[in-house]
Amino acid sequence: MEDLRNKARELLAAKAVQVVVGYGRGTGASRRAVFIQSAAEAGELLFDNACRQNLAVYLMKPEVRKLGKMALVAIPATLRTILQLASENQIQDLELLALVPDASGAVTQLATFAAIEAHVVLQDNDLSAAEKGELQKYEIMGMEQRRQFWEEHFSRCLKCYACRAACPLCYCSRCTVECNQPQWIPVPAHDLGNLEWNIMRAMHLAGRCINCGDCSRACPVGIPLHLLNQKLISEVYTHFNSRSGMAAKADHAMSTFKPNDAEDFIR
Amino acid sequence: MSDFNPKIVAFVCNWCTYAGADLTGTSRMKYSPQVSIIRFPCTGRIDFMLLLKAFASGADGIIVSGCHPNDCHYSSGNFHARRRWIVFRSLLDFLGIDVRRVRFSWVSAAEGAKWAQLVNETAEQIRLLGPFKRYHQLRGLGVE
Amino acid sequence: MAIETTSIKRETLEKLFSNWLSEGKRILAPKKLGDHVDFALVGSLAEVSLDQVQTVQSPKIAVFPRVEELLAFQSTDGNVQLRERDLAVLPETVIFGLRPCDAAAFASLKAIFDWDTPDKLFSARLEKITVVGLSCSRADEYCFCTSVGGGPGAAAGSDILLTDMGREDFLLEIISEKGRQAVRSVSAGLQPDAAMDKESRLARVTPAFTVEKISSVLAALFDDASFWEKQSLRCLGCGACAYVCPTCACFDIQDEGGASGKRLRCWDSCGFGLFTLHTSGHNPRPLQSQRWRQRLMHKFSYMPERQSVLGCVGCGRCSRACPVDMNMVEHMRAVAEAKP
Ligand code: SF4
Ligand code: SF4
Ligand code: SF4
Ligand code: SF4
Repeated sequence: MEDLRNKARELLAAKAVQVVVGYGRGTGASRRAVFIQSAAEAGELLFDNACRQNLAVYLMKPEVRKLGKMALVAIPATLRTILQLASENQIQDLELLALVPDASGAVTQLATFAAIEAHVVLQDNDLSAAEKGELQKYEIMGMEQRRQFWEEHFSRCLKCYACRAACPLCYCSRCTVECNQPQWIPVPAHDLGNLEWNIMRAMHLAGRCINCGDCSRACPVGIPLHLLNQKLISEVYTHFNSRSGMAAKADHAMSTFKPNDAEDFIR
Repeated sequence: MSDFNPKIVAFVCNWCTYAGADLTGTSRMKYSPQVSIIRFPCTGRIDFMLLLKAFASGADGIIVSGCHPNDCHYSSGNFHARRRWIVFRSLLDFLGIDVRRVRFSWVSAAEGAKWAQLVNETAEQIRLLGPFKRYHQLRGLGVE
Repeated sequence: MAIETTSIKRETLEKLFSNWLSEGKRILAPKKLGDHVDFALVGSLAEVSLDQVQTVQSPKIAVFPRVEELLAFQSTDGNVQLRERDLAVLPETVIFGLRPCDAAAFASLKAIFDWDTPDKLFSARLEKITVVGLSCSRADEYCFCTSVGGGPGAAAGSDILLTDMGREDFLLEIISEKGRQAVRSVSAGLQPDAAMDKESRLARVTPAFTVEKISSVLAALFDDASFWEKQSLRCLGCGACAYVCPTCACFDIQDEGGASGKRLRCWDSCGFGLFTLHTSGHNPRPLQSQRWRQRLMHKFSYMPERQSVLGCVGCGRCSRACPVDMNMVEHMRAVAEAKP
């Protein structure tokens, strides 16, 4: 922890960055995002297993961006988000620094996209065995059972869009749900509006989601949104051999194609 | 179920399938009348949202069809579309929505007979599956 | 009426549940759903979860549901026919086991919906609820009822207030005529209060700020952009806080169905950027900090000023639901301590 704080002090004092976005104390035992703008505040920084939010979401928030160059305390998902955002031309190289604390508390500073790429390839970027197992549980269910499972969950959706807000890759300044001429997605949170919203969200993140899980954690009514994303992560990997957030310049699974993509379902 | 006349919406591209369907007509081939054709410039423009809108507006089945690979008027629109369909179908299936209600095909401008067959087969399939009431009712659920 | 204090056994309460149901009332109560507790329709006392600090959503869903039909319309050749809601068929609802803060929240909702032109649908729904509160024996770090005029055993807003005295005994306070009617069917089973010590069963919630202090600072803080920016840097601008809040009353109106369809009312939130976006493209609140300020100002300044009631009852739901841990009580403390 002291390593991280010292690093932050050093960067802020040298004016190498204007803000360090990291984790600090939250309510109870929780952790929350803190925005450290002076060396004197660096003592607020914390790092432990409770630090789970993907702080890359703040890279796309105008008020935070306005603060100046940012150092971002990064967990594995954060690094992949940075690369994905870079590949979507949302951030430029050298616009930010990533600070990666390891289990011992030592901090690696990654200053370029190239350095982040080199770090990311060493991570395990596949779905975990537990995640694959959970997915499979639903894949082998009967269709009707799956329908009921999702119908029950979606019927509780409040359309609060916390999932969207928490997602660092849902950065559109005007989301499709806000396009009302015509009204693509019904505004009311009735079962149709909720189903269409959740299908749209999943589709727009296909080939882009980096599996941080913040959507599910954000959902106040506990809809397991991560399952949808993970399903599409696994499909995109199986069919197109593509994984999001691995390189700052990359072809996107859903905006490219291969002439020999599967078409056994097309007659 | 014999008196069930399925509503089928066909999203087709202008250059191949629409012309193919036209050929079916000018060749005086008969096919199932339950289909409403909606013409698009290219399959690349047939967003999944349009398919959802069709279901929400009462469709029981959907056909999506365009130029064969390598024949796209805009060279790669159909390749892009194919990728999206692969993902969209898996998502529908994962959500427990019967993917047999959405039929994908390539029909060229010369394949009038194939178009007739595609529509007939789809109509038969949807007749077997029955009305898509579950989906049509969704708008009313959750309104107090 | 004067509060009448009695006590009731759990088994009598169970009887009361079946009586309510056979009288055709719905019962909305906290229920365990997966790993959280939320309001749902229940068929017996056994289904009710009593020991959580709070539910995810608030009981406002009984009077201001997520989506409701305001009217139906049919347009033929330019003639529009309207069909209004039949208010007589709205269900009688007993809201059981809600916390005193939630019970108090109906007054805030009423103040908004009945402000100038009374909202018929809302009023009819409100008319048809019976509020059976349950005192809190536990609180958490998000609760702050005692800072906003409430308390873990406060009676305001309830028709009946229960306090779990342990050993299957509940203290039962009848607060309104509606409450008296609701327990009439078991009145023989109510025992006069045998000097039960209610206080001893209540959670301790230490006040964190005073409303007087807040209202004296807030207006002057309005223009302090850097204060609000600092307060809201991590806020993401979703609708979670407003949607779970028992007093948030903002809504959007949507017509669905083309020539023949329905006019629906659904929740909206001042946290969304779109909330104040004009057709011209101008947005008077383009920044999240301004939207966060609006949230606090509305609850603690505008509502008290215009409707003589606070827009917050201290239930803490917004903070528990917030994906980035914006903790209301902390923010209010910051306001109280600010030097504008
Ligand atoms: S759901 Fe789609 S349109 Fe909306 S913010 Fe996310 S990516 Fe953008
Ligand atoms: S966070 Fe949950 S409740 Fe809110 S819009 Fe997303 S899925 Fe719906
Ligand atoms: S603002 Fe928060 S604490 Fe206050 S009533 Fe609403 S949800 Fe409860
Ligand atoms: S305070 Fe939290 S719940 Fe409310 S808008 Fe901000 S991020 Fe969403």
